[in-house]
Amino acid sequence: MEILLLLIAISLAVAITFLIIFIKNAKAGQFDDMYTPAIRILFENEKTTTTDTHGDSNKHMRDSGKE
Amino acid sequence: MEIQTNTCEIPARNSLERFYYDNKTVRDFGIACVAWGVISLLVGVIIACQLFLPRFYPDFDLGLSFLTFGMLIAIHTKGAIFAFVGNMIFMGVYYSLQRLCKARMWSDTLSRIHFWGWQCIIALAVVTLALGYTTSKEYAELEWPIDILITIIWVVFGINFMGTVLTRRVKHLYVAIWFYIGTLVTIAVLHIVNSMELPVSWMKSYSVYAGVQDALVQWWYGHNAVAFFLTTPFLGLMYYFLPKVANRPVYSYRLSIIHFWSLIFLYIWAGPHHLLYTSLPDWAQSVGVVFSIMLIAPSWGGMINGLLTLRGAWDEVRTNPILKFMVVAITCYGMATFEGPMHSLKFVNALSHYTDWIPAHVHIGTLGWNGFMTFAILYYLIPKLYNTQLYSKSLANLHFWIGTLGMVFWTVAMYVSGVMQGLMLQDFNPDGTLKYANFLETTMQVLPMHIIRAIGGTMYLTGMVIMVYNLWKTAKQGSFVANEMDEAPAKERPENDAALTGYFRHRIVEGKPMIMLALATIVILIGGMVEFIPLFTIKSNIPTISSVKPYTPLELEGRNLYIREGCNACHSQMIRPFRSETERYGEYSKAGEFVYDHPFLWGSKRTGPDLHRIGGKYPHSWHFRHMRDPRSTSPGSIMPSYPWLISNKLDTRDTRASIVAMRRLGVPYPFGFENEAVDDLQAQALKISDELKKDKITIPEDREIIALIAYLQRLGTDIKGEQTSEITK
Repeated sequence: MEILLLLIAISLAVAITFLIIFIKNAKAGQFDDMYTPAIRILFENEKTTTTDTHGDSNKHMRDSGKE
Repeated sequence: MEIQTNTCEIPARNSLERFYYDNKTVRDFGIACVAWGVISLLVGVIIACQLFLPRFYPDFDLGLSFLTFGMLIAIHTKGAIFAFVGNMIFMGVYYSLQRLCKARMWSDTLSRIHFWGWQCIIALAVVTLALGYTTSKEYAELEWPIDILITIIWVVFGINFMGTVLTRRVKHLYVAIWFYIGTLVTIAVLHIVNSMELPVSWMKSYSVYAGVQDALVQWWYGHNAVAFFLTTPFLGLMYYFLPKVANRPVYSYRLSIIHFWSLIFLYIWAGPHHLLYTSLPDWAQSVGVVFSIMLIAPSWGGMINGLLTLRGAWDEVRTNPILKFMVVAITCYGMATFEGPMHSLKFVNALSHYTDWIPAHVHIGTLGWNGFMTFAILYYLIPKLYNTQLYSKSLANLHFWIGTLGMVFWTVAMYVSGVMQGLMLQDFNPDGTLKYANFLETTMQVLPMHIIRAIGGTMYLTGMVIMVYNLWKTAKQGSFVANEMDEAPAKERPENDAALTGYFRHRIVEGKPMIMLALATIVILIGGMVEFIPLFTIKSNIPTISSVKPYTPLELEGRNLYIREGCNACHSQMIRPFRSETERYGEYSKAGEFVYDHPFLWGSKRTGPDLHRIGGKYPHSWHFRHMRDPRSTSPGSIMPSYPWLISNKLDTRDTRASIVAMRRLGVPYPFGFENEAVDDLQAQALKISDELKKDKITIPEDREIIALIAYLQRLGTDIKGEQTSEITK
């Protein structure tokens, strides 16, 4: 059953790769801001040629008293 | 169309840059998703009907080899996973990644290669699977040339993806991008490790792993294909599209980050829960169980995060069909990720494994989570891409309700069927004999459930057809925006952006070294595994049971036919150590019995009975009659008939190469045996044909059926009559 060791090694390699990516990015400040990224994706550029299907894009923000 | 790259204007520091999003690739993946989706679900409905129609119309399959359940189920699962869901992943990723990075896809050429390459893979998959070219490994049935093509196209996608990430104009990587990166990396590793096979000819190969080892690799892959193809990319899509549709930020961004990192570290260890009570070492089974239980935490964290995003907006769910689809999808994600860990508990698994309960669980995930999320994104994106409104909201609502109802019919029927058949198979009379000794009795009981399942599937498919009409009308009334303009500040200088980009100053060139590095890693990974894995695994295939011998050439050819016809789709070859199973099938299966099985054929579903101890149970003539017309020996059977096995001549052109390949994989055929292989095969075939004559069946010895009979009669006979205690040392 050496295959078990092999799969554990491969799985660990994948996990460690992600751990390194995580630590590196955490140090680089990727996870410092846990608030604005969620809101930023909602803004769409006014100049885009598509129309907003929901009309006023800030309606909910105002309604719920945020911002 | 005029602007082909995202580096069209040289910016001053932090000035606004104008660039264009590639919508064409997004739209094309969307069309492919819908088209393949309808086809694969239609195939799904057909195979659902095949599980009850033979009861009423025995000639339902028309005697055509490519229309049997064993063939079509491979096409259905490949189509649903890699064509329907796969194309949606790419549609969603190509749309959201560009917007999240404020950049056009890195290379239009790679986008085109990716799109056409992926469609080419799917078309090849349909054709080759219908012709019976299969490795038999679930969700990895495609033969080695297509496996190589998949690797190439995945790398093309990876380069295009990372190129876009590295040349992005937004410093922060939104959580969806992390989910995409997780998918990209892990699927590459899984695919390469599980597809290690030794080619015999252009369309035939043998897995380099054998028996238990092959089973473990397969389910490490199989489980993580669900995790990293059906789950993580869709979670990324959920984190992008749900806030966009609801027009409010995700409930907790911090939780979404935790969700990703915990999921990615837990998922990869849960695979062994597919092999509970099999010959896999017990400790490995337990590791799989523990990690499966732990998976509830991140999964439910994600589900709750999705649902709570709608806090204060639930009134919109009443009126917006897109949100309805999303809410049901996320709920199904929660249900499936609760059920999965429950199935991993050994005592639940003892009942549920091999039954219809498992397809029910799977379809909550695919129909509910993947399907409904896909529909939501299509209803959201197609009007956007065509710069118009959805053609009909009420048709979308109709689709939602008919789809939901169809799903309920599908899964509830299969829950009932699974639990009922599971319990019946375990049932004993007071005197200790099996209450339902004939497997067929339990099949008869669940046939009404199979009818309800087919109705549910038809409803779900009808909903999809309504969607196609709705989206078609939407596209007709709008005008397609192939290149959508946007503006964003030029990218910040890299001194502050060590995230992934490293230390390269100019953003046009900075991506290239990283891509070269990634490519080099992939090449080294493949090369290393090709060298290393066979060496590593072959040595451990030393026989542990002295009476277990390699297959004869005829049996080996019979085994190839068993794989070609997809017998393992309905029949397992793994008897679990329960009294209800040893009474029914015979001695439970031992790890040492499978050391020459390249690939393993344990199966995962018992639509018919287990076959591991079928050898010697019936005379050759029974098998002959059973394959020609299953209902002549087993009245009421829903198995297809296989008349072509009787008319087809056995192809022995690759017999010699098969023996050589098997020896290279560690099967102890003596040197030079390959030269006598065909003679040996013919001698054994003649013997079987002579024995059939005694039962008044005249059949030339060169037919395929003879090889299949030889294989079936060999199954599980190696350790007959030996003491169990001596074997399991």
